[in-house]
Amino acid sequence: MKEETYRRATAGDHPTNLSPDYKSTVGRSPRKSAVVLPHSLSEITGPSLANERLDASENDLTKQRMAEPLGERIIVQGRVLDQDGKPVSGALVEIWQCNAAGRYHHPGDQHDAPLDPNFYGGGRARADADGRYKFVTIKPGAYPWKNHHNAWRPAHIHFSLFGPAFATRLITQMYFPNDPLLAFDPIYKSVPAGARERLQAAFDMDLTQPEWALGYRFDIVLRGRNATPME
Amino acid sequence: MSHALTPSQTIGPFYWGTIVNAYHADLAPTGVAGERIEVVLKLHDVDGAVVPDGVFEIWQANSHGRYNHPEDRRNLPLDAGFEGYGRAGTFTDGTSRFTTVKPGRVPWPAGGLQAPHINVSIFARGVLNRLATRLYFDGDPALAEDPVLKLVEPGRRDTLIAKRDGNGTWLLPIHLGGPNETVFFDV
Repeated sequence: MKEETYRRATAGDHPTNLSPDYKSTVGRSPRKSAVVLPHSLSEITGPSLANERLDASENDLTKQRMAEPLGERIIVQGRVLDQDGKPVSGALVEIWQCNAAGRYHHPGDQHDAPLDPNFYGGGRARADADGRYKFVTIKPGAYPWKNHHNAWRPAHIHFSLFGPAFATRLITQMYFPNDPLLAFDPIYKSVPAGARERLQAAFDMDLTQPEWALGYRFDIVLRGRNATPME
Repeated sequence: MSHALTPSQTIGPFYWGTIVNAYHADLAPTGVAGERIEVVLKLHDVDGAVVPDGVFEIWQANSHGRYNHPEDRRNLPLDAGFEGYGRAGTFTDGTSRFTTVKPGRVPWPAGGLQAPHINVSIFARGVLNRLATRLYFDGDPALAEDPVLKLVEPGRRDTLIAKRDGNGTWLLPIHLGGPNETVFFDV
């Protein structure tokens, strides 16, 4: 067994845990360095969740209730890849988001914006053999939060991925291109410049369906394997 | 060609029900081999206050020490109905409870075996990157020879070792920071 089965992230790929402009990090981030673990079976295995049965409506957030939700219908499609561009086939992709008015269907969200009885905001999809996944949803709204004066989160969709191993687990957020709020968002900006742009989906006319919905492409890249040494 | 990694972001406070409730915190239905155990993880912030809006995930081998994963090719039994994965959000008191079996020992790349352990991921508002740690079992004779614990300075090893309460439940507080900061691993 090699001791470094998965490549390590390089400085600049991920946020710094303590990012004080995002105030919640101050009370919730470790100050000591993480202990680097050689890769044993514990790190290179992980849940496949292959037995999770997905209902047909799970990747279409506009078809989960009695009627269609309000808002701008969108298609979010992309591929789950590793750093070598190899598809992560069969990957479970989970998303959650607020409604078009900027309110989550969640008891903790007390933003004074309407709930939409036709929108829960949660979805799951399984990537195909090419790593391709697809969701139909509505564009989430921006919403205020109390991080600082006049703080607003840019529209975003939360993504959760497992990949092939415990080491490849990732939770992230997808943003929309050219959102003026990105420049003011300390969560987006916690990722170093040069990397944060990867969190913006691309508007894609080829994915856009006439008379129906705008298309956005969002590819997700998980850690790749180190080259296998000669044996 | 190398593709650039997708950066991590916080799970936020409003993680949708599907991402927590879809997976049972009971990993071991009737018939799964092994010693049945209850594990309670409790999440604290740097000041010691409980974190009521976090999420714990666990990943572990079965009682024979085999991971349910194609990478584990050893000739050990797999248990039907036991994947080894669990997820649960924290309650208002900062705790998540899992019912599972005590994992067996798994090998170490340089040789030998690791002490029984559960791999733990932590997510929360204010946590920008997944935090990874391990839960070991107090009193296990294999602790003394565990190669991962040996990578940790002796004074901090206790942050990884669950202790049994009067009901036999295994308890492990996880401190995101502060004087009792848990040891987190770069996996």
